[in-house]
Amino acid sequence: MKHDIVIIGGGPAGLAAAIAARESGVEDVLILEREKELGGILNQCIHNGFGLHTFKEELTGPEYAARYMEKAQEMGIPYLLSTTVVDLQRQGDSVVVTSVSKQDGLLQIEAKAAVLAMGCRERPRGALNIPGTRPAGIFSAGTAQRLVNMEGYLPGRRVVILGSGDIGLIMARRMTLEGAKVLCVAELMPYSGGLKRNIVQCLDDYGIPLKLSHTVVDIEGKERVTGVTIAQVDEKLKPIPGTEEHFDCDTLLLSVGLIPENELSKAVGVELSPVTSGPVVNEQLETNIPGVFACGNVLHVHDLVDYVSEEAEQAGRSAARFVQEGREAGQKELPLKTAGAVRYTVPSSLSPQRMGEQAVVRFRVGRNMRKATVRVLVDGKEVLKRARPVMAPGEMEQVMLKKEWFTGSEQEITVEASDGQEG
Amino acid sequence: MVRELTCISCPLGCPLKVELDESGAVLSVTGNTCKRGEDYGKKEVTAPTRTVTSTIKVEGASVPVTSVRTKTDIPKEKIFACMEEIRKATVKAPVHIGDVVIKNVAGTGVDVAATKAAV
Repeated sequence: MKHDIVIIGGGPAGLAAAIAARESGVEDVLILEREKELGGILNQCIHNGFGLHTFKEELTGPEYAARYMEKAQEMGIPYLLSTTVVDLQRQGDSVVVTSVSKQDGLLQIEAKAAVLAMGCRERPRGALNIPGTRPAGIFSAGTAQRLVNMEGYLPGRRVVILGSGDIGLIMARRMTLEGAKVLCVAELMPYSGGLKRNIVQCLDDYGIPLKLSHTVVDIEGKERVTGVTIAQVDEKLKPIPGTEEHFDCDTLLLSVGLIPENELSKAVGVELSPVTSGPVVNEQLETNIPGVFACGNVLHVHDLVDYVSEEAEQAGRSAARFVQEGREAGQKELPLKTAGAVRYTVPSSLSPQRMGEQAVVRFRVGRNMRKATVRVLVDGKEVLKRARPVMAPGEMEQVMLKKEWFTGSEQEITVEASDGQEG
Repeated sequence: MVRELTCISCPLGCPLKVELDESGAVLSVTGNTCKRGEDYGKKEVTAPTRTVTSTIKVEGASVPVTSVRTKTDIPKEKIFACMEEIRKATVKAPVHIGDVVIKNVAGTGVDVAATKAAV
């Protein structure tokens, strides 16, 4: 089987990439999706707040997904459901995508280009080193979300949540609305990684305490969770003896971070960033493997789906261009370096000749800042300076780089965020 | 009486103090850095509203539940009454996005509509 562009993942990133690739003139696009329906994680995100940037209205997750699914269907973009991609290899000038499904068995698809849009996965209990027994009743927040919102099953009655990521906050409200008692949300850090709006509307509205600088130090129960103990932590994030507090509960939800799902990227030899755990890409969102592009949460974890769609459109356009024109040889790429509180940038390199009139660079900072300044420097010379009243690790930022800043002799670009304090 | 709130109008998240008299009328909003904060503070203490999203049981579909929302915001104090009606209700497949599944939920004048198709 041969196709021009194969898109791995039919969530918001994959759908937007497919649509953009078609709109850029490549007819032969195929989406592979492992679930029974398109839409990805949006299908279980039934709360509202999606699409404010894109559609200027507050949609729920399924409504946002439906807009793209309808568009893809109108355009007649083919997709295979319940189809899991198990391997990805570069062979000669093509990318070979191997998938399995009940209906088709093993499929090998030879593609001119592939777009990685597999999304991310929740960090599990095993990655946390929480002491205690291993009873039933410990769920990642996203698993609980799926159980409640798609399978109609309430996974617990008395709940403690560890981690104040947005999914944990959303689930605190959701479980409360469905009749469960959420006792508290414990957050290891002295600040929440969740959006302010979610802290107000999911916790404050229902009187659910947020315990900052607290973590779970014990889980009790043999068959099922019967209780958890939380304790305050010091500046080194170590539990402080004597601060333990016990909660009788039957459920512990974990909302402790998301990790891009890059097993396939690794299989094809894509270079990954140690900071984002996602592929290292240039301004075309192309990885180090020619013809393999990445977008959405597999590239770096986003907080707004609107930016996923925007980024994925770029990846779709780039993949189409690759199919139509091949990779332009001899393009000099400038490295994008970080300074101050900037933890990473996507992309991490840029070709001034190849870029359009402007190129978006997304980044995150490593700490909460007030009265911050974002600067872009080309070879140490300031080309952009912007005041930001507030910046937070939980909010993705972006700057636009302009083609007109470059003449061809430049060596490097630096993105910096500072508020007068060290890094 | 003074109510303490966090403004959600932008990521700044100003800590607001809203002073009320005995009748519940707003005397002052402080702690905000812009007009939006003042408006938010006033509305939050006098007439707070929320959109409610949940799931509803579906009969005759390939899925046990489908997702729903109040079409617009409803008064905050009606959230649990609204949830009670949604919990008791069952709809028959096929359900399409935008189909009204409960009219005038909890006497708010607002309808509950499906946000996901179920067939």
